[in-house]
Amino acid sequence: MDLTYTAEQRAFADEVRTFTRHHLDPAVARKVLEGSRLGREDFLGWHRALAKKGWAGVGWPKAFGGTGWNSTQQHIFDEVTADEGAPQLIPFGLRMVAPVIMAFGSKEQQDWHLPKILSGENWWCQGYSEPGSGSDLASLKCKAERDGDHYIVNGQKTWTTLGQYADWIFCLVRTSSEGRQQEGISFLLIDMKTPGITVRPIIMLDQEHEVNEVWFDDVRVPVGNRVGEENKGWTYAKFLLGHERTGIAGVGRCKRIVKRLQHVAKRAQANGRPLIEDVRFRDRLAQVEIDLRALEITLLRVLAAEAEKRAPGPEASLLKIKGSEIQQTLTELTMMAAGPAALPYVREGEHGAPDVPWLSDEAFRFASGHYFNFRKTTIYGGSNEIQRNIIAQMVLGL
Amino acid sequence: MDFNLSDEQKALKDSLAKFIDRAYTFDDRWKIIKSVEGWSRKHWNQLAEIGLMALPVAEADGGLGGTGVDTMLVMEELGRGLVVEPYLGCIVLPAALIRAAGSESQRAALSEGLASGETLYAFAHTEPGQRYERNAVAIAATAKDDRYVLNGKKVSVLGGDAADRLLVSATLSGDAGPSLFVVSANANGVKRFAYPMHDAQRGADIELANVEVGADALLGERGRAAPAMDYAFDVGCAALCAEAVGAMAELHKITVEYLKTRKQFGRPIGMNQALQHRAVDMLMHVEMSRSMAMEAAVACENTDPAARAKAISAAKTLVSQGCRYVGQQAVQLHGGIGVTHELNTSHYFKRLTMISITFGDADWHLGRYGDALLAAA
Ligand SMILES: Cc1cc2nc3c(=O)[nH]c(=O)nc-3n(C[C@H](O)[C@H](O)[C@H](O)COP(=O)(O)OP(=O)(O)OC[C@H]3O[C@@H](n4cnc5c(N)ncnc54)[C@H](O)[C@@H]3O)c2cc1C
Repeated sequence: MDLTYTAEQRAFADEVRTFTRHHLDPAVARKVLEGSRLGREDFLGWHRALAKKGWAGVGWPKAFGGTGWNSTQQHIFDEVTADEGAPQLIPFGLRMVAPVIMAFGSKEQQDWHLPKILSGENWWCQGYSEPGSGSDLASLKCKAERDGDHYIVNGQKTWTTLGQYADWIFCLVRTSSEGRQQEGISFLLIDMKTPGITVRPIIMLDQEHEVNEVWFDDVRVPVGNRVGEENKGWTYAKFLLGHERTGIAGVGRCKRIVKRLQHVAKRAQANGRPLIEDVRFRDRLAQVEIDLRALEITLLRVLAAEAEKRAPGPEASLLKIKGSEIQQTLTELTMMAAGPAALPYVREGEHGAPDVPWLSDEAFRFASGHYFNFRKTTIYGGSNEIQRNIIAQMVLGL
Repeated sequence: MDFNLSDEQKALKDSLAKFIDRAYTFDDRWKIIKSVEGWSRKHWNQLAEIGLMALPVAEADGGLGGTGVDTMLVMEELGRGLVVEPYLGCIVLPAALIRAAGSESQRAALSEGLASGETLYAFAHTEPGQRYERNAVAIAATAKDDRYVLNGKKVSVLGGDAADRLLVSATLSGDAGPSLFVVSANANGVKRFAYPMHDAQRGADIELANVEVGADALLGERGRAAPAMDYAFDVGCAALCAEAVGAMAELHKITVEYLKTRKQFGRPIGMNQALQHRAVDMLMHVEMSRSMAMEAAVACENTDPAARAKAISAAKTLVSQGCRYVGQQAVQLHGGIGVTHELNTSHYFKRLTMISITFGDADWHLGRYGDALLAAA
């Protein structure tokens, strides 16, 4: 047993780090490390740089233009780029719809969509949830009725992350109301420019525009945009939900936040001394670092099983729950460290500077905004309650 | 032992509750927090009519001579209504400071405007990089002839945006302890940077550059403001505990209602035991917090500072923990709708979070309680 990286893996990490330092826009890296909000171009600039290098398809097989990296390499890439302040690669195209198209899409769909996902030309968003169908996704109502070579789509999707930037949306739609709910769902690829689509912002509790409602009013979608068979969409949807495993724990991102938290804990004062010297706070910091290390080794176990083509065991199911909880703890500790400096809500003005002079340390500026925002992590991607239900049923047989 | 309220107390609670139900709906509040000032003078004046501003001022100083329990009743209602008018920052806290630090004549002179709600005060104490220190005042005051000159920065001043006068803590060179100065918010050299806070209350960072004040600006005795500041923060903590109870209880109610109405998998989500247990644990936090808010309210009248500190810190520890649990679970049990700005759930959550980290978080007060244990051992 050896819990360290091999020389080859370390060399790979160095290569990734050198590339990132040369090709990541420093202004974007600064934003990421400070924790300010990124715009469309911030994400895309990095995406394009990777595409040029042939690294955008991190988890993709070579046949489709991907890196062909094994899962440990993917993890190293995630960790190193996060550490350097690279924006997260938006998962909806690269990690979600692309694997579905690869596995179930037609040759035409593969040839047309995959290169545009890889290059960053088309930004994708995910149209699963509806107001009445969150945890109970299979009850979805957004309807697609056949009209010759088209489907006519009517209904509403919601919580659509960054849909305001999207060129395409992949949707689960109801094509039949007979039999089991799961058996009347189809998987459609829809161009956001199609007439009849309206995107409305939902403002989140940190007062940011991150999610949207997407309305469909007699939207005509060519039948050729259906992935796989009609009424088999649920199978593809489940494939998609189960597919993305390494990213969901967010270990790379957590490590970056830990670094930041350590920085913050040195800047903050408790009774005239740096907060890091306060044993009560330091214990909390130590605890979350221990939890994170346990998560990382668990993740590496899952990756090793995947690399050996063994079915991952129960540990795989725990990653989302543990990862999201650790992310929340980290943002909470950052807010706690800031103390009174976490109270003000200071909007971003020009060039990311605060819109009113801010007399507290810069390091604290986004502390509570992040804490509030990160409450989402235990809700989205299948809430942690639903994850626990699944583990209880599927893993424990209860 | 007596948990009953007097007739006056019942009447006060009643009229305030009626005001909130009638004039402070979620829609009213939206309009208020979206306005330029971010709070409403009209509503402020109505609160003054109910007697809120005069309540914490001693009768001898022209007020109603209310106790910690009276403040508790008020704050609980303000918490339930998520009232953003700066009652804590501009009334409760300064009233306690003036009462504890001021000379007899200062108390009478300063209390008049405060008790009528016409003059707003704010306590400018915390400095950049500091968290909850009550005594470490780095901001410098120098004596110059019979005047004082203040230089330094204060941050996260509650109600600092609206205040007409600032009560500024500062240490004169050579003094062992801090002093308090009454400074006009419009004095030469005072710059304030006002902002909304995450919970839609307002505040300001304040910069003082060569601000000159007269000898009469010194509130109470030179270098001896520490006990008064400690007392004011304790009174503020007790008020926050009560506000938290009002907000928590309401948020719990909203959440239980949601568990009964939101359906997934063909039945109300509240049928799931995993969620039922969470709702019960929330209730336990509410009721434990309610008890400790009472402890804190009564402790405000305790003349023994050590005993007062212990009770207040016990309450603020437990209530801050309650704020955290109830707030986080309310959001979680609402699912996606819980993290939106448009629903009141997140507004309660944010206020509860801010309460939990104001004037000392759970850890800080646990430490202060522990220090008291050690001192007694
Ligand atoms: C920030 C954010 C971004 C999102 N982005 C997207 C996106 O891009 N695309 C998309 O399609 N969706 C997205 N979602 C939607 C997300 O997947 C749903 O919010 C999630 O599935 C929960 O559904 P809901 O919000 O309707 O909550 P509900 O399903 O109503 O759940 C409410 C509460 O009940 C609990 N609950 C429900 N059923 C059970 C049960 N059987 N047992 C125990 N507890 C239960 C839940 O865990 C939760 O605590 C996003 C959500 C958020 C918050």
